[in-house]
Amino acid sequence: MSNVLLRVEGLVKSYGTRRAVDGVSFQVLAGQTVGLLGPNGAGKSTTVSMLCGLLRPDAGQVLLDGQPVTTGAAHVKRRIGLVPQDLALYEDLSAHDNLRLFGALYGLKGKPLDERIARVLGLVNLVERARDKPATFSGGMKRRLNIAAALLHDPDLLILDEPTVGVDPQSRNAIFDTLEALQAQGRSLIYTSHYMEEVERLADHIVIVDHGKVLADDSPAALHRRLAAKALLRVELAEPVAPGLLACLRAQAGVTALAGEGTALDIGLTDNADAVPLLGWLQGQGQRPVHFATARASLEDIFLDLTGRTLRD
Amino acid sequence: MTAFLALVRKDLILYVSDKRALLMHLVLPIVIAAFFGSVFGAGGTPHGIDVALVQQDTSDAGSRIAAGLKADPNLHVTPMDLAQARDAVRKGSQAVAIVLPAGFTEAAGTAMFSNQTKPEIGLLYDPSQPAVLAMVKGMLTQQVMQVVSAEMFGGPLGKKLTAQSLQQLDENKVQDAALRDMLVAVRKFEDQPRDEGAGDGRPRGLAMPFTTHDESLTSGPVAEGYNPYAHSFSGMGVQFILFMGVNMGIGMLLARRSGVWDRLLAAPVTLTQVVLARAVSAAIIAFGLLCTIFVVAVLAFHVRVSSVPGFIGVAAGFGALTAGFGLLIAAFGKTPEAARGIAMFATLILVMLGGAWVPTFMFPAWVQQLTLVVPTRWAIAGLDAVTWRGLGALAALPSIAVLLGFALLFTAAAVWRFRREQA
Repeated sequence: MSNVLLRVEGLVKSYGTRRAVDGVSFQVLAGQTVGLLGPNGAGKSTTVSMLCGLLRPDAGQVLLDGQPVTTGAAHVKRRIGLVPQDLALYEDLSAHDNLRLFGALYGLKGKPLDERIARVLGLVNLVERARDKPATFSGGMKRRLNIAAALLHDPDLLILDEPTVGVDPQSRNAIFDTLEALQAQGRSLIYTSHYMEEVERLADHIVIVDHGKVLADDSPAALHRRLAAKALLRVELAEPVAPGLLACLRAQAGVTALAGEGTALDIGLTDNADAVPLLGWLQGQGQRPVHFATARASLEDIFLDLTGRTLRD
Repeated sequence: MTAFLALVRKDLILYVSDKRALLMHLVLPIVIAAFFGSVFGAGGTPHGIDVALVQQDTSDAGSRIAAGLKADPNLHVTPMDLAQARDAVRKGSQAVAIVLPAGFTEAAGTAMFSNQTKPEIGLLYDPSQPAVLAMVKGMLTQQVMQVVSAEMFGGPLGKKLTAQSLQQLDENKVQDAALRDMLVAVRKFEDQPRDEGAGDGRPRGLAMPFTTHDESLTSGPVAEGYNPYAHSFSGMGVQFILFMGVNMGIGMLLARRSGVWDRLLAAPVTLTQVVLARAVSAAIIAFGLLCTIFVVAVLAFHVRVSSVPGFIGVAAGFGALTAGFGLLIAAFGKTPEAARGIAMFATLILVMLGGAWVPTFMFPAWVQQLTLVVPTRWAIAGLDAVTWRGLGALAALPSIAVLLGFALLFTAAAVWRFRREQA
């Protein structure tokens, strides 16, 4: 796990006066899954384009096993598989013919190509639909075929650009199963998304980007440790929150964050165990909780803390 | 090479499986070319120009002018009164109306040898057909000269006018021996019994002093004559195949918008390979379409191809041009939606100036000069050369060279643009 497969060093890309990617650096170890997270417009897709050699960076470089990934680096491109964000399939070619085409682009032909096609169709559970056109597929099936097309040439590094956009929970789960099977084979993955829970499930390492810059680059456990609130307590009171209560509450042991509006209280805690004494304290103050719930704080919170809560279009 | 061939194969499979595209680019040009071919004179006898005749001169000579006009195979004469004729020309059911006024032939005969005012024939014409007016004038002149001169050199009117002239010489005691001798000689000529002429004992009058020998200048296997289907199949074939080029360019723009383009370029192939593979497949499709269209033209409409190598050369050149045109649209179009409108407009201009709808010789001189830089003009000229003109492959070489030159230019510009965008 210590050898670096992909090294990204100071990538910069501008469109006119707008700097889409501004000094992005990170690395992917062999067999590692890196989650590349960021809100819409953060620079993820531009970064992915440069990782695959689709775009030439204005500055910086991408090295795969020490070899620069450039637009013309055929031998390096052979080791990378790309699952684009949009469905990259010909709707009027059968699933088999689509795979045959994409396999041929990597120099595969004849029996070896047929064997690879059968293998990847099996991996994504589409063997029965090999002769059908993607135009007749559900959204989830198309997404799975989209992944299969990137696996034909057995790449060392698979880059998935938001591969679950627009699919139902069942299909998403099937895609995760496929990706976990690839992880089990020791393949390296870069998984971009703006859904923290997807990345939490898959990634060994998380890179959070926004406005073209890297905001965090760490393991999920390390990111969790950054959270001041490890647990959340949500309390619904019978009466509106009394004036002065919030200031007293903030001073209680274990409380790291606080928000109150109407009859609702959202309390951040250093530990889940702090919830019971706090409820007792509230009753002692004459407040009557009618409903409460506790939850473990997630990386979603750190994502929102880092990237802000303003809407991104 | 495996990747390049796979890309070409993919485009061919996608095109052949697209029934709507085949209908648009193969069936429609054949149907429309067949229609235009039949409209422009194929497979039927000419109808003749529709002419209304308002016969106000009821004299014998006037009737003979009318009969002569009716006998002319180039005219389709319908007698009418003046109001009917005006209405018919205004509505376009008659191209020209000839108004032969009362006393016309006598006045015309008198004016022939005197300074008297010449009588007028009224001509009412459809302003949309000015060329027809000139043709009718020519045929009317021939009939009038023949009848009036015959009348003057042998008819009752001529005798009467000769006698009147001699009488005036006597009464005025004019001492002009030469004039008197000529009039006496004319009277002798008029009094001679004769059996020549139109078979009715009348003199023939002034006829055209020549006839023409009309030779259609085609050669080789098409020497039997001009087949208008040849030009209409060239024109419509060129037009609809260019539409295919537009669709190809729009398809590339759509692919660039989707993830397909990224997936192709993420593979170990270069941008130039991807672009050229698309160009090769488009050129093959265009070539196949043009050949298929002309196979139908040959089998069903008896269009003759005088040089198969020449035809293949022009078709290949035009196929390459179509591919280059499509690449240009894909490279310089910002969005598929915006590019489609501009591309269709450009195609129609190319087709119109190229002579696909009407032959270029009908254009003003300056437009004809302008069309030299329009590639479609060369495509149609090349196809005309190896079909109805009956020429050999050598005659098609300039067209082939120009088409390939334009194709190279368009493709180079498109590749340059693609590479610039990638950077």
